[in-house]
Amino acid sequence: MTTAISVSGLVKTFGRTRALDGLDLTVRTGEVHGFLGPNGAGKSTTIRVLLGLMRADSGTATLLDGDPWRDATALHRKLAYVPGDVSLWPNLSGGEVIDLLGRLRGGLDQRRRDDLLERFDLDPRKKGRTYSKGNRQKVALVAALASDVELLILDEPTSGLDPLMESVFQECVIEERDRGRTVLLSSHILAEVESLCDRVSIIRAGRTVETGTLGELRHLTRTSITAELAQPPNGIANLPGVHDVRVEGNRVRFDVDTRELDTALRALTTSGVRSLTSTPPTLEELFLRHYQEDAAVTR
Amino acid sequence: MTGITGTGSLVRLALRRDRVMLPLWIVLLSVIPASTGAAYAQLYPTATDRAALNAGSGSNPSVAVIYGPAYDLTTAGGFTAWRYGSFLALFVALMAVFTVTRHTRAEEDSGRLELLGSTVVGRYAALTAGMAVAGGASVLIGVFSAVGMTSAGLPAGGSFAMGLGVAGTGLVFSAIAGVTAQLTEYSRSANGFATGAIGVVFLLRAIGDSTPSASWVSWLSPLAWAQLSKPFVAEKWWVFPMALVVTAAVAAVAYLLAPRRDLGAGLFPSRLGPRTAPATLSSPLGLAWRLQRGSLLGWTIGLVVMGAVFGSIANGITALVGNSEQMRKIFAEIGGAQGLVDAYLAAIAGVFGMIAAVYSVQAALRLRGEETNGHAEPVLASGVNRASWAGAHLLFAVLGPAVLLSAAGVATGLGHGLRAGDVGTQVAHAFNAALVQLPAVWVIAAVAALLFGALPRVSVPASWAAVGVALVISLFGPVIGLGQAVLDISPFGHVPKLLPGADFNAAPLFWLTGVALVVAVAGLAAFRRRDIG
Repeated sequence: MTTAISVSGLVKTFGRTRALDGLDLTVRTGEVHGFLGPNGAGKSTTIRVLLGLMRADSGTATLLDGDPWRDATALHRKLAYVPGDVSLWPNLSGGEVIDLLGRLRGGLDQRRRDDLLERFDLDPRKKGRTYSKGNRQKVALVAALASDVELLILDEPTSGLDPLMESVFQECVIEERDRGRTVLLSSHILAEVESLCDRVSIIRAGRTVETGTLGELRHLTRTSITAELAQPPNGIANLPGVHDVRVEGNRVRFDVDTRELDTALRALTTSGVRSLTSTPPTLEELFLRHYQEDAAVTR
Repeated sequence: MTGITGTGSLVRLALRRDRVMLPLWIVLLSVIPASTGAAYAQLYPTATDRAALNAGSGSNPSVAVIYGPAYDLTTAGGFTAWRYGSFLALFVALMAVFTVTRHTRAEEDSGRLELLGSTVVGRYAALTAGMAVAGGASVLIGVFSAVGMTSAGLPAGGSFAMGLGVAGTGLVFSAIAGVTAQLTEYSRSANGFATGAIGVVFLLRAIGDSTPSASWVSWLSPLAWAQLSKPFVAEKWWVFPMALVVTAAVAAVAYLLAPRRDLGAGLFPSRLGPRTAPATLSSPLGLAWRLQRGSLLGWTIGLVVMGAVFGSIANGITALVGNSEQMRKIFAEIGGAQGLVDAYLAAIAGVFGMIAAVYSVQAALRLRGEETNGHAEPVLASGVNRASWAGAHLLFAVLGPAVLLSAAGVATGLGHGLRAGDVGTQVAHAFNAALVQLPAVWVIAAVAALLFGALPRVSVPASWAAVGVALVISLFGPVIGLGQAVLDISPFGHVPKLLPGADFNAAPLFWLTGVALVVAVAGLAAFRRRDIG
């Protein structure tokens, strides 16, 4: 088994709303896969379909070599899920919920449970309703991370966690990956995605718009170049893939599509490069571009 | 007074959220009493019929336990007040309690009030709005039912005395629910305490109305006030002002308690829970037991108390038979003194059946509650299949009423048997009489399960509507003169009578159980096919 999750052409409609519109997603076994997209793009709906809580109208989905709808129960024993908005039973203590969910999944590593409680600094004796949002999230995280499963499906698991806990969470996910577990991580926290994810898929309006490693995605975007030359630049603005050229005497600044970087650099060297600063696109720019296109599409 | 700033907006929000339920309550409860006038003339056309009714049912304490005191059954008005007074009051009280809890504690419990509370909304605004909406609905029911009865030809004075009496009950319970909403953190407990209070005052009324030497006890029960104001007989107009005074006093308690706690907290502090889960909490059934056991225990205690009280009253009924020659004749026709007691016990068992049906539907609808508040999702995403999750909760809808009816039956039998000196026979008889209701209860629970599976969005109101229709048909159908075809809709109409000497026909028990089974399985099948959430 080399793919843990394989989804293609998934469609799900709610009345007139088309929540998923031909979504594709492939998660390889053993990787941490970032699942990104603006609010309402269909991330949670996809996850619900993968969990067999909803049935897709069309398209295929395979999870750990099974059918998420038909083999739901058997598959659920091999995965753990953390919802984005954890709702706990008001009269059960956090410890009880952790044990319950773990046992329903078929077992809990007691030592890991205690270890996680300590690392996440969570008091398991409090009743469900007295936890803050972040602490409710921790309850679900401990229950999921202490379970002996192959796949973790985490839907914005760190919303509400403080930065200290966020870094504990990142450590835990890295440990999980090192044990060979697969993680599907839906997140809006770019630093988290950048430090954890091997590959990412960006979805928008129910469709996948990009998939690949962060390196590959960066490749699709522009690099900013600032150069000081021996003489004023010559014909840079006319090169393919070069944008926003600004020339001040011997100084030049421009953005270039990363795949045309080589051509642009060759052109620069003909003018004698004295200094060169190249800034790779930040993830933020990358995502904003995809997210904003979404706004343009729906408008 | 800045404490109530924003009440108006909250009232509008409440009315918007209740735009279906409240009008339904109001119309249903207003129309029923008005429909009696014509039926009365049809059922009891002559003065002789009416005199016989007055001497029979009117003087029968076993009937008074359920319907309340009969002051004068020779007029349509007096008949209406007797037959509907206490039930109308009971339903208005339930409406008031559920409405107040829904807009106060339930909003806090869900965290929505926090969002509202951060806007320009005073500390007392939610409490005031909840009580205002429930109180307003109570008054509307009172006024509309009075107008309805008047336009059906009943005297206006009596109609309004009864309508105001019923409105008064609703107002008092709006305030009581305002108090119970302050006590604990959970809306379930708030409803539990308030409906428990309804149960207590229902018992007080039943004791007072059926025990001539202690009839003053009825005055302790707001449920009895509509009838005690003697509408259509000799109206006591001071009853409604008295209800207003009591309402104000109880509401004052709620306003005193409200500032003594934090938003979201109760007056009873919450304790820390266990660090680890007990071994029982490791399956869907273990979870359902944990979530449902409190409610089952509460209902069982309530029914045991009711059974014991009703049972111990039964013995007094035989003593009263000797009072008049006419009564003795009528009772002889239905099997003598023993026949009277048996009829009484059968009627009590019928009431237990209806109460068990309400519990059963509540237990089944817990499924929908777990689904909508997001608790079902993580459970169904672990290794639990849908059928065993739903089945675990439905088990309470199936076995819960069996527990309730057994307990109620045994308590009734003990209460009666200890006084009659015949515990063995009486316990067995009352137990059977209660348990025979079970298949009818199951049919209603199965309808709730089907609605949950097939029409989840409307399942909660539709299930309660189904319960309401069955109860209204069984309680009032025969009096309003509904046709047999309509009466047959209610499963309780098919429960065989368990009277000594009469033939016992067990067939309906089998086919009712069969219907329940088929409907419930259809519901589960539909649930397995649909989306969650």
